[in-house]
Amino acid sequence: MANSSCSDVKVLGAWPSPFVMRVRIALNIKSVKYEFLEETIGSKSQLLLQSNPVYKKIPVLIHGGKSISESLIIVQYIDEVWSSGPSILPSDPYDRAIERFWAAYVDDKFFPSMQLINTAQGEEKAAKVEQVTEGLVLLEEAFQKSSKGKAFFGGDRIGFLDIALGPMLGWLRAIDKMGGVKLLDEVKTPGLVQWVESFCADGAVKGVIPDIEKLLEILEKMKGN
Amino acid sequence: MAEEVLLFGVWGSPFSRRVEMALKLKGIQYKYFEEDLTNKSPTLLKYNPIHKKIPVLVHNGKPIAESQVILEYIDETWKGYPIFPKDPYERANARFWAKFIDEKCLPGIFNACWGEEKQHENAVKEACELLKHLENEIGEKKYFGGEAIGFLDIVANFIGFWLGIFEEASGTKLLTREEFPKLSNWVGVFVSSSGIKENLPPARDKLIAYFRSQFGTGSTDATK
Repeated sequence: MANSSCSDVKVLGAWPSPFVMRVRIALNIKSVKYEFLEETIGSKSQLLLQSNPVYKKIPVLIHGGKSISESLIIVQYIDEVWSSGPSILPSDPYDRAIERFWAAYVDDKFFPSMQLINTAQGEEKAAKVEQVTEGLVLLEEAFQKSSKGKAFFGGDRIGFLDIALGPMLGWLRAIDKMGGVKLLDEVKTPGLVQWVESFCADGAVKGVIPDIEKLLEILEKMKGN
Repeated sequence: MAEEVLLFGVWGSPFSRRVEMALKLKGIQYKYFEEDLTNKSPTLLKYNPIHKKIPVLVHNGKPIAESQVILEYIDETWKGYPIFPKDPYERANARFWAKFIDEKCLPGIFNACWGEEKQHENAVKEACELLKHLENEIGEKKYFGGEAIGFLDIVANFIGFWLGIFEEASGTKLLTREEFPKLSNWVGVFVSSSGIKENLPPARDKLIAYFRSQFGTGSTDATK
């Protein structure tokens, strides 16, 4: 199943969502053309409610009329369907298990710890910063073990765990630039600092994660509210 | 090289039993270590330093944690009985519902059984809405996996067995035959299936007593 027509593959999403970014990056890696249907923040389209009735959330991948939800599940689906393209998950079962473990960690522990760090104040902010930093130190260790000296968790090319974490750190990098915090620290997490630059510069990622200036615009708007 | 498979678990845990079910279905020999969660072994902490939880599978010295991650690993490593469907869409569907069970059903059911008394009615309503999704998903199938037990059946072991335990321990009935005829059927078939029934925790009363001691006697306890 090497090529599908553009109308065959649709992504329901919103560009700022890191979960939606994961799906678009995966499709880019496989060179799959898709129609990007942007949801308006604050309202949910009929198509979204129909295709993800359980959670009513983005992203949703619609492929040949079938809908798939939950970003990491979608990414694995993309890897399995477009199997002739570059692989997203590694081939060794143990390496796959490690990447799945850390991807689950990103969703279950790391991403929740990032919430509202931008708008928090005082003691609450300090506590959040500590939590996120602890998570980053763990992820730095995982990066050193997985990458084995190469550019990405997946080695020479972006893989599953790169896709899972990349959009999150893409946003974190912008939060750091706003000033007031330094989450991605060259001393504590040198590997991740370099990795997030390489990730955001990758061909499959450029255009999905906008330039840092555009992310800053959104963050400023959030802070203003 | 002789293969070494170790499993660190707890006799009453659905997560731990999931891994055992998968290993037994595949016919894999393993060595089991019972953990005391109030006094975790240094070995467990070494093998799962991030979450410090069971189950942990150790295959030839390499540890894997998180029950669903372990199940995927088991299916990819050992051939024989297939746990996952072959079709990518069906695989995605199984993973979706497995995530739903662990992230939504478990906390929802727990809340209905042991949540705050004043929220009890709402919690029961929400838990039943969650179970309705599973009622629709099982449909006319014998198992979630179709004709044979699969990944989603194994993950749904919580619904298959532990839900009944929770109901008895807390006095809150959720899975009624009237409201959930198909899911109730599946429960009956699941717990009597070969490969499953031998791997359910023994000593039902002991398990009920354990949950009561951990979480109390339930939101509807009149003597509270």
